[in-house]
Amino acid sequence: MGQITLKSVRKSFGEVDVIPSIDLAIDDGEFVVFVGPSGCGKSTLLRLIAGLEDTTSGTIEIDGKDATALPPAKRGLAMVFQSYALYPHMTVKKNIGFPLKMAGMDPAEAEKRIQRAASVLNLTNYLERKPGQLSGGQRQRVAIGRAIVREPAAFLFDEPLSNLDAALRVGMRQEISELHQSLKTTMIYVTHDQVEAMTMADKIVVLNAGRIEQVGSPLTLYHTPKNIFVAGFIGSPRMNLIEGPEAAKHNAHTIGIRPEHITVGDGPWEGVVGLSEHLGSDSFIKVDVPGLGIINVRGAGELNVHHGDRIKLAPAGKIHRFDANGMAMA
Amino acid sequence: MSTQSTRLAARFMVAPSVIVLFIWMIVPLAMTAYFSFRLYRLLSPDRSGWVGFNNYVWFFNSPDFWLALTNTLLLVGGVLIITVILGVLIALLLDQPVKGQGVLRILVIAPFFVMPPVAASIWENLFMHPQNGLFAAIARGFGAQPILFLESYPMPSVIAIVAWEWLPFATLILLTAMQSLSSEQLEAAEMDGASALSRFRYIILPHLTRAITVVILIQTIFLLGIFGEIYTTTQGGPGSASTTLPYMIFKQAIVAKDIGRAAAGGIIAVILANIVAYFLMRSIGKHLDA
Ligand SMILES: Nc1ncnc2c1ncn2[C@@H]1O[C@H](COP(=O)(O)OP(=O)(O)OP(=O)(O)O)[C@@H](O)[C@H]1O
Ligand SMILES: [Mg+2]
Repeated sequence: MGQITLKSVRKSFGEVDVIPSIDLAIDDGEFVVFVGPSGCGKSTLLRLIAGLEDTTSGTIEIDGKDATALPPAKRGLAMVFQSYALYPHMTVKKNIGFPLKMAGMDPAEAEKRIQRAASVLNLTNYLERKPGQLSGGQRQRVAIGRAIVREPAAFLFDEPLSNLDAALRVGMRQEISELHQSLKTTMIYVTHDQVEAMTMADKIVVLNAGRIEQVGSPLTLYHTPKNIFVAGFIGSPRMNLIEGPEAAKHNAHTIGIRPEHITVGDGPWEGVVGLSEHLGSDSFIKVDVPGLGIINVRGAGELNVHHGDRIKLAPAGKIHRFDANGMAMA
Repeated sequence: MSTQSTRLAARFMVAPSVIVLFIWMIVPLAMTAYFSFRLYRLLSPDRSGWVGFNNYVWFFNSPDFWLALTNTLLLVGGVLIITVILGVLIALLLDQPVKGQGVLRILVIAPFFVMPPVAASIWENLFMHPQNGLFAAIARGFGAQPILFLESYPMPSVIAIVAWEWLPFATLILLTAMQSLSSEQLEAAEMDGASALSRFRYIILPHLTRAITVVILIQTIFLLGIFGEIYTTTQGGPGSASTTLPYMIFKQAIVAKDIGRAAAGGIIAVILANIVAYFLMRSIGKHLDA
């Protein structure tokens, strides 16, 4: 079981309201991703759920029971830290077994669980090593191993992959997704990374300055962002946001068009190509259109335009409309 | 970086300092060794000559010598135990976020800046004095006889004074070590269900082992040579009850004016220091490796 409910949770550090008020329901077995710009309170929210910070007001319920005042150990949650926070003087085996030892578990049973976790995470050959003798990816796996042996109600991850190189990140991302599929335990995952959020999440929570902007499945957020912030934050390259007369034509204050919804060739907008990035599968180009600003365009891999070319663009696809408050219009 | 030629160059570069240090050490040591085999009394300078191991034999036959040896080890061991245990506890307290932390830390460090004879005089006259001392006043307040610290318990008194002087050093080193422990490790342990006591036992203490080793090694070097505190307070007495090896050597050299015997004592002290260093490095030296 791992149902977590936040009810008007507020957190302030002294004068500063880092989290003004948050309501959020997380279902058992869900994979929830918190995204948002740096400093928006993602880690703080995670630490509130973990019990490492006290709430200023509001309640946190875990499996229907009020856990607001419970110490971290009593909440039945496990956390994987960004720096892994392994115990450097203990072997991998002792690291993984530490929560079991603290729980006073019978050594034979603990040994069984450690071996099981080690085989799931491909750590069996490293059990006698110290963390200092492991690679980044292996350390990451030890941190996850230490979390799974306790069979917690939910896992909390704070940017667990940000210290790994790109290739390893893709691998670990898939491993964590597979782990979620086999354990079916609730996971809350904090990240900066668009791709991680879109591929792993059942539900994405977009945070901005301690407030929830929108909650929904990755594709819901992508196709129907509730406001300009979410529209601009989800999707890479960024959605084009255009104000002024062009928006007025659509009876909106601002219109948003995703880069893949613009075609190159003939059309009403004309501009000069600034940056063009050819990735093989796609081409990302930035076009300076007078009156509209810089327009991001995502074209086919074969698209043959380069810096300085004068090209014509046409919107072709969904146009998102936003009112003067930045809220989406139907 | 470390090719043949750079290594050779490096050796040339460090050679001057190594040579100076070597001479700096070896000349006094050689002179001491030379005098330890000679008859050399300042009161009868006309009588001199080689005496073989006589000076050493005198030391080993003197009952005071074995007492002094025990006292030296007691002093070193006692002060180490007190400063390390109290140092860890005080560092734990100082690491807590409290108001006036800066002032508090300076206060704790302060005794280290008091020079040994002054510290010893303060303790002798303001705390342990049977008439004017604070402890005597407290004892009288309870209607008890004041304890004659320096007369009845000379060694424990000296150990207490020296421990008081060295406690700030231990605390300071242990505090900096404690501050270098990542808070995420403690939080991870908290999430893992470790109580405050288990966090101390399994996370903080292992993290401190290297700092504790450094404290023990450095303090041992200085504690083996403690002299000023004894000279100011007990003068090695009553009788020889608080005489340590350095103090005994001092008595031979300055009181008895027998340089030969004092030199023999010095050589014995050097050997003792090396034995202590050997056992220390064997038992705790491994903590110094990464
Ligand atoms: N202990 C603290 N005392 C005071 N302010 C704090 C404290 N911890 C965090 N903050 C503030 O709270 C805000 C949110 O911090 P938080 O660490 O939750 O951000 P974040 O969303 O995790 O950012 P990042 O993506 O960079 O990790 C920041 O503005 C930060 O300065
Ligand atoms: Mg963070």
